[in-house]
Parts: sequence; C-alpha cells; structure tokens
Amino acid sequence: MIPKLDYLSETPSQTAGPYVHIGLIPHQAGFDIFEKPFGHVMAGPDTKGERIRIEGRVLDGLGQPCRDIMLEAWQANAAGRYNHPADRQTDKDPDPTFRGWGRTGTDFGTGLYHFETIKPGPVIGRRGYKPMAPHINLWLVARGINIGLNTRMYFDDETALNDADPVLRMIEPAVRRETLLARRELRDGAVVYVFDIRLQGEPETVFFDV
Amino acid sequence: MVPQNEFIQRDRGQHPPGFTPEYKTSVLRSPRLSLWSLQNSLSEVTGPVYGHEELGPLDHDLILNYAKSGEPIGERTIVHGRVLDENGRGVPNALVEVWQANAGGRYRHKNDTYIAPIDPNFGGCGRAITDQDGRYAFRTIKPGAYPFRNYVNSWRPAHIHFSLSGSGFAQRLITQMYFEGDPLIAKDSILATIPDPAARLRLVALLDLNAAVPLDSLAYRFDIVLRGTRSTVFENKLHGN
Repeated sequence: MIPKLDYLSETPSQTAGPYVHIGLIPHQAGFDIFEKPFGHVMAGPDTKGERIRIEGRVLDGLGQPCRDIMLEAWQANAAGRYNHPADRQTDKDPDPTFRGWGRTGTDFGTGLYHFETIKPGPVIGRRGYKPMAPHINLWLVARGINIGLNTRMYFDDETALNDADPVLRMIEPAVRRETLLARRELRDGAVVYVFDIRLQGEPETVFFDV
Repeated sequence: MVPQNEFIQRDRGQHPPGFTPEYKTSVLRSPRLSLWSLQNSLSEVTGPVYGHEELGPLDHDLILNYAKSGEPIGERTIVHGRVLDENGRGVPNALVEVWQANAGGRYRHKNDTYIAPIDPNFGGCGRAITDQDGRYAFRTIKPGAYPFRNYVNSWRPAHIHFSLSGSGFAQRLITQMYFEGDPLIAKDSILATIPDPAARLRLVALLDLNAAVPLDSLAYRFDIVLRGTRSTVFENKLHGN
C-alpha cells in the first residue's frame, strides 16, 4: 500500500442556513448581544476616499429576490492597498482607519443589501505590472447555498481600467464580464453603486473558484 | 506581484456541490455555469484582520453572554479544538463565530416559528479568536434537534454552526458541527450534500471526557482545517495573464 502524504484536507463546507444572522449579524435576527458587533458600515469619519453606498439584490433562478443572504465585502483602501501584512505595495499609503471589510444581510422585506464604504483604488495584479481595476471582493452564503460563493464587483465608470483588468479580460464569453459591473447613480447628491447578483439563470453572475 | 502566500487549490471533492436536489432549497440557488478558476492575487491572499481586544470577555461563553434572570436550560457543554491549515500548522488569530438553537431546538430569530419555546437566558451565538497555536474554546448548552421543511418529516441533528475567517479571504468557510452518537446524523439531508461519507465524518465532534469539567460540563472536541498556503520555493516563467 502506498503511504499518503501528510497533508490535511480542508473541513467540508455546509450551508449557513436560514438563521445565519444570529451568529454573524445578530441585530438582524432581532437582538443585540455583543458590545462591538460587525456590520455594513466599513468607512469611518477619518477614512480617506470617495464615500459610496453599494446596494443591490440577490436573485434566484426564477429572478426572485432572496431575502436571507449574508454578504461580506473585502476591499483595498482608496490608494489601492489592503490592510493586511501580505500587501507589500510600499508605494501606497496604508489607511489605519479602514479595515476594508464589512458584512450585511439582504433585508427580510425588500431583499436589498447595502454597504457604506469608500471607493477602492487599483491594486497591483498577480504579475506585478498590470494593475487590477478597482473592485470589491464579495462572498455570499445563505440557506440553499452549500458552499460560499465568491464574486467581484467592478465599477462601471472605470472603463479604461476595466478594459485592461487581467481578471475581467480572462472571462469568456466577454458578455459575461458585464455581470460584474456595478452601475453608478447619484441619489440626493450621494454616490450609489447598484449591483444585483444573479445566483442562477440569464444573465448568471460570474462566480470564482479562488 | 505573485503573492508569496497563495493558497493550495481548493479540493472541491471534499465539499458539497451547489446543486443538491435532496436539499431542495439549493435547486434555485445554485449557479448552473462553471465557476471561473482564478489564480490568487492580493485580493484573495489578504483578508480582514481582527484584534483580540474587539471581543468582549463573555463573547465565547454562551451560558453567560445572554443570561438575564438565570442561566440557560440544557446540557452544559464545552466545545473546543484547533484551527489548522492543510499543512498541519495551527492558524493563529482566526475569527471563529458560532450560532445554534437552544436545548429545545429553537433559535432566537425572527423567522423561527418552531413550537419549542425561546429560552430567555440564551442568545445562541458566540465568537472567539484563536491563540498562537490555533486553539479556541466555547462554553454553551447542547442544542436540540428540530424539524425543518425539506421532506414532510425532515429533522436536523443537533448541530452548531461555525464560521471561520483565517488570514486570507479565500480561506473563508462556514460549516456545521455535529455530536458523536446522534442517530439523526445518518438521516440528515444537509450533511448528505457532502458526497464523500468519510468527509462527512470530519464534521462530527467527538466526546472528549478528558476536557470535561467534573461535576460541571461535558466536552466535545472539534478540529477545523482551513486552506493551506502553497510552497513557492521554485517559481519559473509565469504563463498567461
């Protein structure tokens, strides 16, 4: 018998279920328990960058909004640097006021989710010379989702950077790239990016195996 | 730049696929198109950093963290273990969050209408950050089984939901922990979404009498494995984008 290498296997995923809010965003479940809960407001008063709201729905295979999705967002700061020791882009300033992460749930009534954050800058790409266009990494879990879904939200007003983005350019057929573009709107002077995510069916959002 | 700590490719065979008709809700919520495979960039190898000081002193103690007029009803239980990576190393500073039903199988949640009563002294959630060796521990009461709408007579085995955040966003994982010896484990449609029976068993926590507190609390041990980083000692010319 051939001996096995001593790697461990990743723990299998299981659905987050309908009550994911209790553990991750208890206020939405209907109670408050922690002194410092995590939430959807990602930027503080001193955070550098353009204030934006990200808003959207998550649609199922029939096009119906899912009202029990939990989403997390992970992004670089306004200069395009992640608040993490593995980011060694020393030409960009860190912003200690910005963790770059938040979580929220789609509303039980309207089905809308939203984040309050800042627009990220471009981040250096994998090969070191092609920047990635500004984007926000999203992760979705819910009842009926057996393993968390990774996607990216790009900004529809960054046409030149999007056209050169090494990840967007990889996606074929090219028409699917549009599923990752958020639409910029102005609402009472505030900048809102609208980003609907389609779990299944035309046009199905691009999800990544990262 | 090619990240120096990129993750080993995820072995999807250890996980449930998205589309699992025996768990009916997955049918309309699973992508029909292939996932796009993406080599790690900084966006995947980095992730949120949490400080121990962000948590309160009772956040990991579900017996006390929502106690109002007394302590919650149920079997006093310690759940502990290590968070490791695929290379067998402990993962320090991982955020471990848990949620569960009370001893009667009822969740403190707006949308849970099960007949079993809410326990006024039980919130049902907790969180901890692993120590330098990847260790974590919670104290709680053992959750009850409960019915759910899948087939007419579907029941969930007693379980605790676990959410794990390691050092990189690509390690993000949610799973469920079951209790050794529960006869409902073999009947569960959710656990059955994992195709490999051996992989299912890795979600069953074992009774750990050595970690029990005599005359006080039983204990179960549940180790969790997150994705590990790939060795990058030898890197040649890179291909593609």
